[in-house]
Amino acid sequence: MEIHEMKEGNKLSITLSGRLDTITAPDLENKLNSSLDNINELIFDFSALSYLSSAGLRVLLSAQKRMNRQGSLVIHGVNETIMEIFEATGFTDILKIE
Amino acid sequence: MKEITVNADRSHLEEVQHFIEIELEKIACPMKICMQIALAIEEIFVNIADYAYHPNTGTVTIRSTIQKSVPAIMIQFLDQGKPYNPLERIDADITLNAEERAIGGLGILLVKKTMDNVKYEYKDGKNILTIQKNLK
Repeated sequence: MEIHEMKEGNKLSITLSGRLDTITAPDLENKLNSSLDNINELIFDFSALSYLSSAGLRVLLSAQKRMNRQGSLVIHGVNETIMEIFEATGFTDILKIE
Repeated sequence: MKEITVNADRSHLEEVQHFIEIELEKIACPMKICMQIALAIEEIFVNIADYAYHPNTGTVTIRSTIQKSVPAIMIQFLDQGKPYNPLERIDADITLNAEERAIGGLGILLVKKTMDNVKYEYKDGKNILTIQKNLK
C-alpha cells in the first residue's frame, strides 16, 4: 500500500493505493497518529484502493472517533467491492462517504 | 484437493493467499468473488495466527477443493490449538455509532456475510473451519 499525504493548513488529504489489510493497516495507523494534530478536515481518497479487510476498518473507526472530536472525515472514491464491505459492517452509517 | 501447511504466523498470510489464488486461476473466478475469498482467508488465518496457540506457536493446514461442476471452492483451515468456535462469537453490533463501536468481531462477521457456507467442527484434537464460496 502507498500512502500519499497533502496538507493545506488544517486540512489533510490522504490518498491510499493498493491494499489496506492486516500487514499494511499499522502503517496507516502510525501515519495518522503522527499527522492528525491540529487537523480539522481529514479527506481520504480511496479511488486507487483495491482491497480492505477488518484490520483497515479498525483504523478507519479509530480515525473517525478522533475526527468526531476535532473536525470532520470524508472518504471519496470508494469502489463497489469496498462499499459492500462498508455496508456489511454498518460502516456506511458511521462514515461520511461521498 | 491441494493443501499447504505453514506456521500460524501473520508473516505467512501472503503465502496462503497466493496458494489459493493459484487454485482460483484454474477456474474462472470473477474479480469481486476472488477478493471476497482473499478477505475471508485473511480474517480466518490472522485469527488463528493471533489466538489459536497463544502464547505458544504451531501450524495451520489449509486445504482447497475446487468443485468444477458448481463451480465452487471449499477451503478448510485446520489447527491444533485451543478448541475455539469463532462462529459462536456474538456478531459485532453494526447499528452502534462510532463512539460505541468495539474494535473486534468484524472479521468473522465479514466471513459469514460474504461466504455461501461456513462450518466449524472440533475433531481429533483439531479446530476445523470450512468455508465455501460459489464462483458465480
